[in-house]
Amino acid sequence: MAIADRTLRGRVAVVGIGETDYYRHGASPDPEFKLALKAIMAACSDAGIDPRDIDGFAAYSEERSEASRLAAALGTRRLRAATMQWGGGGGGCCAAVANAAASIVAGLADCVVVFRSLAQGQYGRFGQTTGIDTISGEKAYLMPYGVLAPPQRFAMRVRRYMHEHGVGQDALRAIALASYHHAQANPRAVMYGKPLDAAKYEASRWIAEPFHLYDCCMENDGAAALVLVPAERAGEFRNKPAYVLGAAVGSGYRAGAIPHNSPHYASAGFETVAADLYAMAGLGPSDVGVVQCYENFTGGVVMALAEHGFFAPEEANDYLAFDNLVAPSGRLPLNTSGGNLAECYMHGFELLLEAVRQVRGTSTSQARRNDVAMVIGGPMVTPVSNLLLGSEATL
Amino acid sequence: MSDEAARTYLPRGLPIPVAEADGLSAPYWQGLRQNRLLVQRCRHCGTWQFGPEWTCHQCHAFDPDWTEIEPHGRIFSWERVWHPSHAALRQHGPYLAVLVEIPHAGGVRMVGNLLGDPAQVVSIGAAVDGVFEHHPHPERPYSLLHWRLSSARGRETRASKRS
Repeated sequence: MAIADRTLRGRVAVVGIGETDYYRHGASPDPEFKLALKAIMAACSDAGIDPRDIDGFAAYSEERSEASRLAAALGTRRLRAATMQWGGGGGGCCAAVANAAASIVAGLADCVVVFRSLAQGQYGRFGQTTGIDTISGEKAYLMPYGVLAPPQRFAMRVRRYMHEHGVGQDALRAIALASYHHAQANPRAVMYGKPLDAAKYEASRWIAEPFHLYDCCMENDGAAALVLVPAERAGEFRNKPAYVLGAAVGSGYRAGAIPHNSPHYASAGFETVAADLYAMAGLGPSDVGVVQCYENFTGGVVMALAEHGFFAPEEANDYLAFDNLVAPSGRLPLNTSGGNLAECYMHGFELLLEAVRQVRGTSTSQARRNDVAMVIGGPMVTPVSNLLLGSEATL
Repeated sequence: MSDEAARTYLPRGLPIPVAEADGLSAPYWQGLRQNRLLVQRCRHCGTWQFGPEWTCHQCHAFDPDWTEIEPHGRIFSWERVWHPSHAALRQHGPYLAVLVEIPHAGGVRMVGNLLGDPAQVVSIGAAVDGVFEHHPHPERPYSLLHWRLSSARGRETRASKRS
């Protein structure tokens, strides 16, 4: 079969979502594995499914809550799929769903839970690197120069992009303001009740130029999960299904060339992956009503949205204005739960749940156009991934 | 070099670079200790490559040669870091990291610090010269490669490197 004949489009559906309470890093009363169990049980409860009937687990980013232990803890009757996405940190958040969907479409499993659990208090923060004595590989070319944690590893990429395309700081700021705006309507959000305005953004300290504090994701504890089943079973469950319309994973030519030697450096890494997504879904950017885009840093969102065709890089300063990015009726409502910046840094998995809510029509910041919802995972890493979800009407 | 050898750009205590267990990058780190910048160049097709790999990414020949190049380049991008992500950097204040492109070696890039005033205006495209910084650590001595704007002190840097 030609690649165009092999598709996930309309073949699987998300029928349950669930998450734990979201905490500041180190504030979870529960250890990481317990958080994973809570989120998975919440997703099963949302779907109305017995957790023992899950027959597959899919995760990403060196997830520690391992499939066999989960299956034993949950009394899974029959484990059939256990897939783990390689590398790329949060760039794997949509890939984990794609891998689960592929398992179902290929007949390897019938009911797969996709999830992420993260207790940074228990296992250490991404933003601090103390405690490393010697270092090899990519980080050896960076850490001795103080290029240690993600803000420092991505700031030069964003700076180069801003230089090449004339993107200004206000475009980054608009993304932060939109996330915080949406979080004020979302009681789950860690930043609920903590609004951000332009003056507070401008007055915030630099982390690594061009990133202010509010350009950077939070670090959090929590877990989130979703339940995926074959499309023909979607009607068995209580919620409105969110169908997978397309998914894509990967990166362009030598994106992984270290240190900072990828030929297309000023990029979020979606030049091939966005094209694959739209080809599978048979859709284009104008069909997308609402976007959840992984914000490790706001600058990565600028690049990722441009690479998905919502605007040309040279149009970023005009397009990325606050009014365009907010629900219900902005041109492109963005990160409507607050995302990694203001809901919870659940390594992007909170974005997947929010996209499902948008399709269901149950978001706390509901977009007017919600038939097709996009998720973009992990700009500036490799591999990255993305996903399109849609209602039954889009099939 | 003597005053630079005594004082390092960043405080001591940051992770110490060592070659991987399989030794892939060992020639690079050994070169820096001898004030030499080595990158890979394929002896079959001439492709430059950095960071190192066991094959040439262009023609797939194994074990590309290590080739010494002059440490001159242009600033491809930069960042001024304020937040300390390591205990050694607390109370240190801002510092500059640059990504330097080396046009005479196929445009390979490397990260270093930009010496001088950390508050200086940095321009993408500015010419820079390499400055080797030696860390005489008792168990694990190592060297880094920093950069300095060429305009004022370029000739002097080149002269001292050759001496």
